[in-house]
Amino acid sequence: MRKNVKLIFRTKTGLWFVLLFSAALFTVPFFLPFDPLRTDMANRLQPISLQHWLGTDHLGRDIFSRMIAGAKATVGTALAAILISVFIGVPVGLVSGFFGGRLDRMIMRIVDAVMAFPDYIVAIVLSGLLGPGLMNLILAVVAVKWVGYARLVRSTVFSEKQKDYIALAELTGLGSGAILKKHLLPHVLGNVSVLATLDIGKTVLMIAALSYIGLGAQPPYPEWGAMLNDGKHYFLHAPQLMVIPGLAIMFIVLLSNLYGDRLRDRFDVKHKKGVS
Amino acid sequence: MKQIAKRLFELVLFLFLLSFISFVFMKAAPGDPVKQMLRVDDVAVTDEQIEAFKEELGLDKPVYIQYWNWFKRFFQFDLGKSYTTHEPVIDELSRKFPATLLLTGASLLVMLLIAVPVGTLSALYRDRWIDHLGRLLALVGAALPSFWLGLILIDLFSVRLNWLPSMGAGTFKHLILPSLTLGIAMSGVYVRLVRSSLIESLGQDFIRSARARGISEARIFFFHAFRHCLVPVITIFGVSLGSLLGGTVIIEVLFAYPGVGKLVVDAIVQRDYPIIQGYILFMGITVVLINLLVDLSYRYLNPEIRLKEAGRR
Repeated sequence: MRKNVKLIFRTKTGLWFVLLFSAALFTVPFFLPFDPLRTDMANRLQPISLQHWLGTDHLGRDIFSRMIAGAKATVGTALAAILISVFIGVPVGLVSGFFGGRLDRMIMRIVDAVMAFPDYIVAIVLSGLLGPGLMNLILAVVAVKWVGYARLVRSTVFSEKQKDYIALAELTGLGSGAILKKHLLPHVLGNVSVLATLDIGKTVLMIAALSYIGLGAQPPYPEWGAMLNDGKHYFLHAPQLMVIPGLAIMFIVLLSNLYGDRLRDRFDVKHKKGVS
Repeated sequence: MKQIAKRLFELVLFLFLLSFISFVFMKAAPGDPVKQMLRVDDVAVTDEQIEAFKEELGLDKPVYIQYWNWFKRFFQFDLGKSYTTHEPVIDELSRKFPATLLLTGASLLVMLLIAVPVGTLSALYRDRWIDHLGRLLALVGAALPSFWLGLILIDLFSVRLNWLPSMGAGTFKHLILPSLTLGIAMSGVYVRLVRSSLIESLGQDFIRSARARGISEARIFFFHAFRHCLVPVITIFGVSLGSLLGGTVIIEVLFAYPGVGKLVVDAIVQRDYPIIQGYILFMGITVVLINLLVDLSYRYLNPEIRLKEAGRR
């Protein structure tokens, strides 16, 4: 029994993860039963029914449609922010680790300085200075997340470049660019994908939390955290307003954590022994 | 000692940098502060008034002189006045900070009261049902959005049962729900951490040698294994103490708890830049001090680090 449960978690999470994400992101525009922004005061705070699968909110908007549209805002924003962070952090880390010297010291100082700050505080302050909104929230998330990738890639490259095959590649006259691209980049991608997967969960939490306090998505735009904020006054009459977005956030974060752990088990030899 | 002196020097350098960055941000921020301050009652403002006010604030001088003036005032703990309340920023911040500190401390206590027992039990009964339960809790806890948990707790304990107040601060009862929310939301990570690092330290050679010397299991556990496992826990602890200060922002807003987090979010909504700037500096100093303390504390807990440093010299 335990083995089966483990098997499901260990082998299927990845598949589910990818399926759910693509479903959320690609089917959004086509399958909405209602317009997520259309208000209908006659039908406000409806319970779950055949017409409104998850009921309606305090303005009569269909929650199911808003949830699906909100997936694009919450999960899509998180994915975009992580992707941008990877595209900034990985090249910086590669260059910093490979060339070393003064450039490396300078970059690492910046990385340390950013890392010294709690990500929530940086994100809050940045979105405060830039003004609330999802776009600025992406910027804020990228500002705190890219350093993680830069440091990870840099340390991997640092230990890897001492090895013989890199020296051999250099001897055969391969340029730095080619060595970085052909030998070092594939080497760091495993670790990067682990970190990125785990970061998706954290970023979803962050975006939802900041939208909840009003610094992210602005009404009436559907976003899971903002929907929670909308729904909090109606908990007694319509608990689905709050329960559903919360569960959805938790589900995504759980998937991201499980899949990240699984990837780590695959890529990281240290953890294969079974501690943690 | 030399280490500490070096760190203190870095702290000063860092503060200098931070003050510069927050000054630049303030300059680059959208919106004209002068109009912001004069526009109290939506009365029309004349150009002469604006000019006079600019002169009063020193905003008519070149930027580098403005920075110098600002810098001088900064070292006298004068961070300017709030646009909305017209009170000195430093007063606002220092009035609200104890509440945030109290909330942080209480949440940490809750977190430790959950993470240490659950993590320890999980490690001691490894791969038994209690371990599986602990790990399941940790998994769910790590994925739980803290503000959602807070809303559910409010619904349960203040709306339905009417036992505890849902907003404000002042009494012990006001502190329970916010600190429970933060503590539970944080504990997931720590349960895993305590468990894995305890399992690791129980497998170390010095544990076996302690057993061979006939030391009692309880003593081995508390004085040897547990102490050893504290090093990684405290390291992560220091890192997350900062993120806890960030996490309190969300919870303070949720529970309308009058701390610095609520203050800064209100300031952001109202574009009250002096407060935001004050918050940046305030948090910068706090975080650097915390990092310094964490550094020193694990130097104390793990003799290996001290010995290595002595050897290097």
